[in-house]
Amino acid sequence: MTSALGDVLVSVLERATARGATAADGFLIEEREFSASVRLGEVETVTHSQDQRLSLRVFAGRASAAASTSDLSPASLERVVDEATRLARITAEDPHAGLPERGELIDRIPDLDLEDRSGDDPLPEEKIAVARRAEAAALAVDPRIENSEGAEYGDRRAHYVYATSSGFCGSYATSSFSVSVSPVAAQNGEMQRDSWYTVARKRARLEDPEAVGRTAAARALRRLGARKVKTVEVPVIFDAENAASLVRSIAGAISGPSLYRRASFLVDRLGTRIAAPSVTIVDDGLLPGALGSRPFDGEGLPTRRTVLVNEGVLESYLLDTYSARKLGGRSTHHAARDGSGVTVGTTNLMLLPGTASAADLIASVDNGLYVTELIGFGVNGVTGDYSRGAVGLWIENGRLSYPVEEVTVAGNLLEMFSAVDGVADDLVLRDRTASPTLKIARMVVAGN
Amino acid sequence: MTDLTRPQRFFADRFNVTPGLIDRLLGSSLRGRVEDADVYLEYRINEELVIEESVIKKASRHVSQGAGVRAQAGTRTGYAHTDDISLPNLEEAARQARAIADRSSASGVMAVPGGTPHDLYTLAEPPIAANLERKVDLLKRIDAAARGADPRVRQVIASVTSEDLVVLVATASGFTVGDVRPLTRLNVTVIAEEHGKREVGTYGGGGRVPLDHFLEQDRWRRFAAEAARQATLKLSAVDAPAGTMTVVLGPGWPGILLHEAIGHGLEGDFNRKGVSAFAGRLGQKVASELVTVVDDGTLPNRRGSLNVDDEGTPTGRTVLIERGVLRGYMQDKLNARLMGMPATGNGRRESFAHPPLPRMTNTFMLAGEDDPEDIIRSVDRGLFAVTFGGGQVDITSGKFVFSASEAYLIEGGRITAPVKGATLIGNGPDALTRVSRVGSDLQLDEGIGTCGKDGQSVPVGVGLPTIRVDGMTVGGTHV
Repeated sequence: MTSALGDVLVSVLERATARGATAADGFLIEEREFSASVRLGEVETVTHSQDQRLSLRVFAGRASAAASTSDLSPASLERVVDEATRLARITAEDPHAGLPERGELIDRIPDLDLEDRSGDDPLPEEKIAVARRAEAAALAVDPRIENSEGAEYGDRRAHYVYATSSGFCGSYATSSFSVSVSPVAAQNGEMQRDSWYTVARKRARLEDPEAVGRTAAARALRRLGARKVKTVEVPVIFDAENAASLVRSIAGAISGPSLYRRASFLVDRLGTRIAAPSVTIVDDGLLPGALGSRPFDGEGLPTRRTVLVNEGVLESYLLDTYSARKLGGRSTHHAARDGSGVTVGTTNLMLLPGTASAADLIASVDNGLYVTELIGFGVNGVTGDYSRGAVGLWIENGRLSYPVEEVTVAGNLLEMFSAVDGVADDLVLRDRTASPTLKIARMVVAGN
Repeated sequence: MTDLTRPQRFFADRFNVTPGLIDRLLGSSLRGRVEDADVYLEYRINEELVIEESVIKKASRHVSQGAGVRAQAGTRTGYAHTDDISLPNLEEAARQARAIADRSSASGVMAVPGGTPHDLYTLAEPPIAANLERKVDLLKRIDAAARGADPRVRQVIASVTSEDLVVLVATASGFTVGDVRPLTRLNVTVIAEEHGKREVGTYGGGGRVPLDHFLEQDRWRRFAAEAARQATLKLSAVDAPAGTMTVVLGPGWPGILLHEAIGHGLEGDFNRKGVSAFAGRLGQKVASELVTVVDDGTLPNRRGSLNVDDEGTPTGRTVLIERGVLRGYMQDKLNARLMGMPATGNGRRESFAHPPLPRMTNTFMLAGEDDPEDIIRSVDRGLFAVTFGGGQVDITSGKFVFSASEAYLIEGGRITAPVKGATLIGNGPDALTRVSRVGSDLQLDEGIGTCGKDGQSVPVGVGLPTIRVDGMTVGGTHV
C-alpha cells in the first residue's frame, strides 16, 4: 500500500516539474480511524473513517506555493499541480526558499517501533467494552460521582510518505490507541467535572481502563467544595500535566518563524540564561515507541535528540530549512507539515526531572497554590506575559488543604522560568510533551 | 430560498451522486430501522495568501471533499465518513453507521425539518473567485498602511483567506437540502518595537461577503491602522491590576463574554446530559433584567450565519435570555428529539469528518438605554476592556475566562492608562446577574470568531453593547 502511495506522490512531483517547477516536495498521509463513546453505560457515538491527504509544495526558482487535496483521482491531482504552479507565480522570490540539500536527507530510515504489529484488531463491540469498563470504574468510586460526560475509546493507523523532486522517497507507519473518561461529581448543588486518559502507540501499552476511570473520578472528587481565595502573591506549583503546557510555551518562543518575525520574548537570547539552572529541556524524536517520535521531519531530514535549554541556558532554537536560512543557521530537523505548507514542530519535548519528590515540593510551601487545570489563552508569546484561569488545591503549611477555583495565575514566562525553585522527579512521557511537577517561587493569584 | 439545484447538480456531475442514489442508499440500508439517518456531502476549497516582510510569502490552495453517513436510534449515533465519494464507499459507510443502530428498537418515525431555508449570502462574485492580483494588491496596500502608521512598526503579517463550501444534506425522510457558503477573512498582525521591547497587535474581519467588503468604507485601512495602534499602544502599557473590580466591556467583540459565560452552557447536549451549570434552569432568573441575549443564524452575510444548519434545519433567532430569565437552549436534531424540544437550526459540524453538535451561530446581547460615556463616568475605579483574544469555559462548574488584549484603567470616571493583557474570570450562572448598565450602542464583531468544541472548529459571531459588570476577577500582576 505504501509503495502505491509513493508512486502517486512521485508522479505528482514529476508532473510539477514538467509544468515548470524547478523543485517540489510532497507529503501524503493515509489514515484509518475508529472511535466509540459511551455515556452512563450506553453507547453514544461510534465513528469509522478512512481519509487521505496529499500536500504539495512547488518552487519556481526561489518562489514557492502550496496546495493540497483529499481527492487522489488523476484529474484532481492534475488540478492541484496546476493550482500550485499558478500560485507560485504570484509569490515573491525569496533567497532563503528551497528544499534542503539532497545530502542532508535521511539515508536509512530507522524502525522506531511506532506501529502496533500484533495483528489483533478487536471487534467494535470489544473496543466499546473498553470505554464502558473505564467509565464504570469511575462511576463506582464514590456515590458522589453521579453523572458522566462519558468515556471514549479511539484508535488510528496512519501511513506517511514524503518525496522530493530530487529523487527521495521515504515512508513510515504509525498507530495510536487511547482511552479517556470524564466523570462528573456532585454535592450540595455543586457539579465538578474532570478527566483522565491513556494514550499509546501499542494497544498492549494502554494503561488499565479501570485505573484510568478511578483516576478521573478522584480528580473530579477532589474539586468538590472549591472556593475562591483572596488575591495574593505566593509560590505556585504546577502539576506535571500543566507544567508541560509551560514547556510548550517555551518551544513556541524558540521556533524559527516566531524568531525571524521577532515575535517572541526569546529573540536574540541564544547562548544566554533564560531559566533557573535546574531547568533542562530536550526534544528527542528517536525514543522507540513514543508518541512524538518519527524517523524524519517534514522535509526528510533525520530526527535526532536536541538539547534546547541546558541548565537554564538556551542552547538551540527549533528550525526548519527556511527559518534556519533566514536566521543564518542550519535546520535543527524540526520541520512539520501542516495544512498550508511547512512549519516547525517538536517531537517528544521534555523538561528533565530533578531529584525532589512532588510531595517534597508541596511540603516546602507554607501558603500557595497547586495548579491542576489551566483554562484560556492568556499567554502572549511576544512579551511572555502570562495570565490564565486556574483550578487547583490550596497549600497550607506544606499540605494540600482545600480545592480552589475561579482564580487566575499571572506572571511573565521569562520571570517564571527564572524563578523555578523546584523540579520534581516525576517525569512521565504520557504524551508528546511532558514535564515533572514544577515549583515557581512567586506568581500573582487573583481572586477576591 | 436558496438554489438547491446547484449543490445537487454539483455532486451529481462531479461524483455521480444523484438524489435517486442517495434515496436508495438511505432507503435500503436505514429506513425503518433507525429514528433518523442522513447523508452529508461536502466539497470545500480554501485559499490563503500571506504577506510578510512586504512580499507575498505564502500562497496555498486546498481542496477537501467527503461524505458522512449517520444513523440514530435512541441516544445512539453511528457515524461513518469517507473522503472518497463513490457508491461502494457510501454503501460501506451506511453499513458501518447502521451497525450501531441495529441493536436498538427504533420507532421508525422520522421527523421532517420544518421551515424554509434562507438566502443570506448569495454573492455575485464569491471571494474565492476574486482575481488573485486583486488580493495581492489588497495585501500590499495593507502592509504599506500598517508600516506607515508608526515608525515603531517593525513587522506586518497580513493574510486573506477565502473559502467556498458546497454542502448537500439528505435525510431518510426523503428531505434534501443544499447550501453554498462563501466565507472570507482578512487578518492583520503588527509587531512594534521600541527600546528592545516588543508588542503585538492584531485586527481583522470578514464574513460571508465578497472581497469588495474590505474595500468598502476603507475597511482595509482601518484594520491596518487598528493593528498598528494596538501594538504601539501596548508598548507603554502598565501592569494590569489583580483582583475583583468593576469591569466595563466595550461594544462588539467583547461579546465573547456571552459566548463563554452562557452560550456553551445553553447548548442542548450539555443540558440533556445534565452536565451544564444551566441544566434544569429554564424559566429561572440567571441575569440582570437589563439583559436579553439571542442567538441568531439569520443575519445576512455574517460569519456565523447559515441558510440551513448542517442537518438541513433552517437557522432561526433563538431567545436565550429574556430580561434576565433563561428562555431557551440551542438544539440540534438529536438533542431536540431527546429533550422533546424544537430543533433550532444549531446543528453544526466542522466538516464531513465530524458528526453534528449543538453550536452557536451569532450570539449577542440586545441594546439597552444607557449612554456609553455615562457608563464609564459611573465607575470610580475599574477596568475598561475593549479587545479580547480567546476564551474558554468549564461547562460543568460554569467557570469561564476570556483574555483582554486591550484594556485601560478607569479612575474617577475617566479612562486613564492602558494596561497589559489579562485574563478575566467569572462564573457563568451569576456573571450576568452583575450587569448593572447596558449601553445603547450594540455592535456585532467584525467577523473573526472561531469556536472550538470537542475538537471541532466552526465560524461564529458575537455582539455586545457597552456594559458594566459589577465585580469580575481580573488576572493581572499588580496586587
